[in-house]
Amino acid sequence: MLKRLLIANRGEIAVRIIRAARDLGIETVAVHSAADADGLWVQMADSAVNIGPPAARKSYLSVDAILKAAADTGADAIHPGYGFLAENAEFADACAAAGLTFVGPSGKAIRLMGDKVSARIAAHSAGVPVVPGSMGRVADIEAARDLLADTGFPVMIKAAAGGGGRGIRVAANLEEFERAFPQAEAEALAAFGDGGLYMEKLIPAARHIEVQVLGDGSRAVHCFERECSLQRRRQKVWEEAPSTALDARTRDKLCQSAVALAEAVGYSGAGTVEYLFDDASGDFYFIEMNTRIQVEHPVTEMITGIDLVAEGLRIAGGEPLRLRQGDIAVKGHAIEVRLNAEDPAQDFRPFPGTVGDLRLPGGPGVRFDSLLYPGYTIPPFYDSLLAKLIVHAEDRDAAIARLTRALSELRIGGLTTTAPLFTALAADPSVRAGAVHTRWLEGWLADNADKLAN
Amino acid sequence: MSQILSPLPGTFYRSASPEKPVYKADGDAVAVGDVIGLIEVMKSFHEIRAEVAGTNIRFVTDNEEPVMAGAVLAELD
Repeated sequence: MLKRLLIANRGEIAVRIIRAARDLGIETVAVHSAADADGLWVQMADSAVNIGPPAARKSYLSVDAILKAAADTGADAIHPGYGFLAENAEFADACAAAGLTFVGPSGKAIRLMGDKVSARIAAHSAGVPVVPGSMGRVADIEAARDLLADTGFPVMIKAAAGGGGRGIRVAANLEEFERAFPQAEAEALAAFGDGGLYMEKLIPAARHIEVQVLGDGSRAVHCFERECSLQRRRQKVWEEAPSTALDARTRDKLCQSAVALAEAVGYSGAGTVEYLFDDASGDFYFIEMNTRIQVEHPVTEMITGIDLVAEGLRIAGGEPLRLRQGDIAVKGHAIEVRLNAEDPAQDFRPFPGTVGDLRLPGGPGVRFDSLLYPGYTIPPFYDSLLAKLIVHAEDRDAAIARLTRALSELRIGGLTTTAPLFTALAADPSVRAGAVHTRWLEGWLADNADKLAN
Repeated sequence: MSQILSPLPGTFYRSASPEKPVYKADGDAVAVGDVIGLIEVMKSFHEIRAEVAGTNIRFVTDNEEPVMAGAVLAELD
């Protein structure tokens, strides 16, 4: 078992990790930048270390500062949380080289899953369906044309050196493909100095469904799926479990494929395999694997009763995976909404400030994971996530009713938050029917701006 | 003399990215609406535009310096 855990992160996830560690009798060391000295996690931990100036690059992203804090405090393990250094293979390797236990998978597994092409090849080899297309760069237009039999139309032609939606062209038929391919090649060369292209089937109106896995390096189990189709600019805002879109057979195939991939890469700790799900065909396709705990992990905890963070700490401490697949069952339905310090009525403009009156929701089936306390001033230097409101009830309708009830109890004085967005979404007929996809929310926001005032 | 204040708390940047030239160098003239820098707040970037014209801009806040709302970023003649 681990003895003293340094948490290389801040905010609500640092608070969450301290809670799990304390439940297991593990001492905790918080780190903080100069701007975060009064953070809730700093106050909660057994000890705390100032690791540098406000800029994340000089504090939370500084491998040297974090390893020094671990050495100075006698920590034997480091939990990276999410974001910052959580999926940095060099950091995992550096922890191991310093004799520290990294709570998460090996640097090798992080590296394998962190590269788009190697992750896609690993998934394909493990029998996980991947989005039809090229396994890497296509050699030329003849090779690309041969792939059209797999991809069908519409097909995306993507610049290998692009990213974040840049350098993508869509062809709806063969004629458009013949015209677009040479243009995409020339554009990629001009824009990125690299004319390399990928090909990928475009799945319109897809859902985002992901599977939670736990592994101990040899064996893995799944803790069922989450659906996170409500997104704004590719950021999830509302997550739930289970997904309403899957039948029992598809759910089983999807979850088994995630276990197969985790076992194939010798995955250790908590991880998530992300998929696109096509309602029209019932097919699912691997997108990527996140090699860390995720923001939305609580919805899985609520429906399975498993403490994912604590299981990750046990595995990191050398215990074999305690859970067998047959022990893990879904009970009821859970929803998480992300309360950000942003004004949804003003294009989600960030709104840092000082917390005034604070009234938190409670009662049956309500969980509130946050970094808030009265009088706390939100520093402007980091992510805008303030809190996650999670509700659990016997079914989805009851969970939505409970979410509405909990939001009505919530008051965060002094700040403008995304809470009104969730009150409005919970009342929306499409959300209530579960009839959404990853591009749905952006259209809804354009049509419903009047419902979003704080 | 007039001042350009930061409307938001955050981190001040004098150029669009580290490789790009600064929006304005010390001594430059400034027209109404000119971008003089960026404020990064909670990972989103906001352009800071001059609301008055002036000459001989002098930056009071350094590149990548943390600022509070209302902080003086630059002075103009």
